Amino acid sequence: MMSAEATAERVREGLAGLDCEALESRDGMTTLRCELAAVPEVAAALRDRCGFELSTCVTAVDHGMEREEQGRPRFDMIWQLQSVTHADRLRLHAWVGEELRVPSLVGLWPGIAYGERECFDMFGIAFDGHAGLKRLLMPEAYEHFPLRKDFPHQGIEPDKLYRAWDASRRADAGGAS
Amino acid sequence: MQGVGQALEREGFLATRLDAFVNWGRKNSLWPMPLGLSCCGIEMMAMVGPRFDIARFGAEALRFSPRQADLLIVAGTLTWKMAEVARTIYDQMPDPKWVISMGVCASSGGMYDSYAVVQGIDMIMPVDIYVPGCPPRPDAVIDGLLKLQKKIELERPIKRLLEDRSADDEWLEGHGRMFRQENQAVPQHDPSAGVASDEPRG
Repeated sequence: MMSAEATAERVREGLAGLDCEALESRDGMTTLRCELAAVPEVAAALRDRCGFELSTCVTAVDHGMEREEQGRPRFDMIWQLQSVTHADRLRLHAWVGEELRVPSLVGLWPGIAYGERECFDMFGIAFDGHAGLKRLLMPEAYEHFPLRKDFPHQGIEPDKLYRAWDASRRADAGGAS
Repeated sequence: MQGVGQALEREGFLATRLDAFVNWGRKNSLWPMPLGLSCCGIEMMAMVGPRFDIARFGAEALRFSPRQADLLIVAGTLTWKMAEVARTIYDQMPDPKWVISMGVCASSGGMYDSYAVVQGIDMIMPVDIYVPGCPPRPDAVIDGLLKLQKKIELERPIKRLLEDRSADDEWLEGHGRMFRQENQAVPQHDPSAGVASDEPRG
C-alpha cells in the first residue's frame, strides 16, 4: 500500500495541466473534484498516466431538493478507481448539471457499463455514449428513481405497472386460446 | 352372471368415489418445480436430499420445466423484477397446480420492506401453503407438503372440471382481485403520513 502522500504526488504529476481540485477526505483516500465536461480527459489521464487500471464503483449522491431550488447542482457524481500496480485507490467527484447528463466512461473501462446502468436506475442520471442504458435492478417500466431523496424510504410499489403487464398478459392468453 | 362373480372373486375389485381416487393419486405424486430465489433454495435442496428426503411423500420428482410440474415452491425473496418471470412460470404450469410459499420473504416480503421486493407472492399468484421461517427448516417445508396433501384430499376435482374453474380463477375472484383490477382500492403506502408510515405494512 502506497502512502497517501505518494499517491497524491503521483496523481499531481499525471494530471499536470488538467484543471482539478484536491478535496479533503475523511477516510484518507486521495480525492479529486473536476468539471463534468473534463471528466473523460481526467479519467483517461488517471488510467494511462497514473496507473488506475480498474474502475471499482460509479455512483452519485443526492444532496437534496433544496439545492435545486437554490440553483445549485443537486447530484454529485463519484467514480472510484483502483490501481493494481500501486495498490491504492482514488475518488473522483463532479457536480452534475440540471440536464442530468454525464459522459460515459465505457470507452476507458468497459466494465463500468453495469455501474452506469445501476446509477441510471437509481438516480435517473443518463450517460452519454453508453450503448445499452436501461434499468438494471428495477422493472424496466418503473417510473421512479429509488435512491433520490424525494423517494419514500418504504418505496413506491409498481402495482400499476404490474396491473398493466397483467392485463396485457391476460389479453394475450385470451387471444391465443 | 356367475362368470362375472367368479372373476370378481378371483381378481378382486374396488369401489370408491372418483374424486377420492383422483385426489389420492394427485397428492401422492406431486412433482415440484423449484423456484429457489435466495437462501431458502438451499434448505429446499436439503429437503430433496437423502437426509430429509421428500421421496418418502412421493414428491421427489423435481422438474425444472414448469410444463412437467404441478407444485411450485417459491423459495425466497421475490423482487418486482423477478415477479413477471415467477408469474409466467405459474402460468406455464398445467392444471392442476399448487403453490407453496416458502419462507417469510415469499410469504410477506419478510424483512425486505423495500421498493424492490414483492410484499408477499400472493400479490401475483394464488398460494396454497405458507411456510414461515427464515429460512424454514427442511422438515418445516415437509410439514407444509403434508398439509398440502391434506388440502388436496378435500378438493373436488370432478366438480372443478365440470365448472371449468381453475384455482387461479378462484383466486382472481377473491384475494387476487384487489391486486389485479385498476378500479379496486389497493393498499397504498402514503409517504405524507409521517410517523405512521414507519410502521411495517400488513
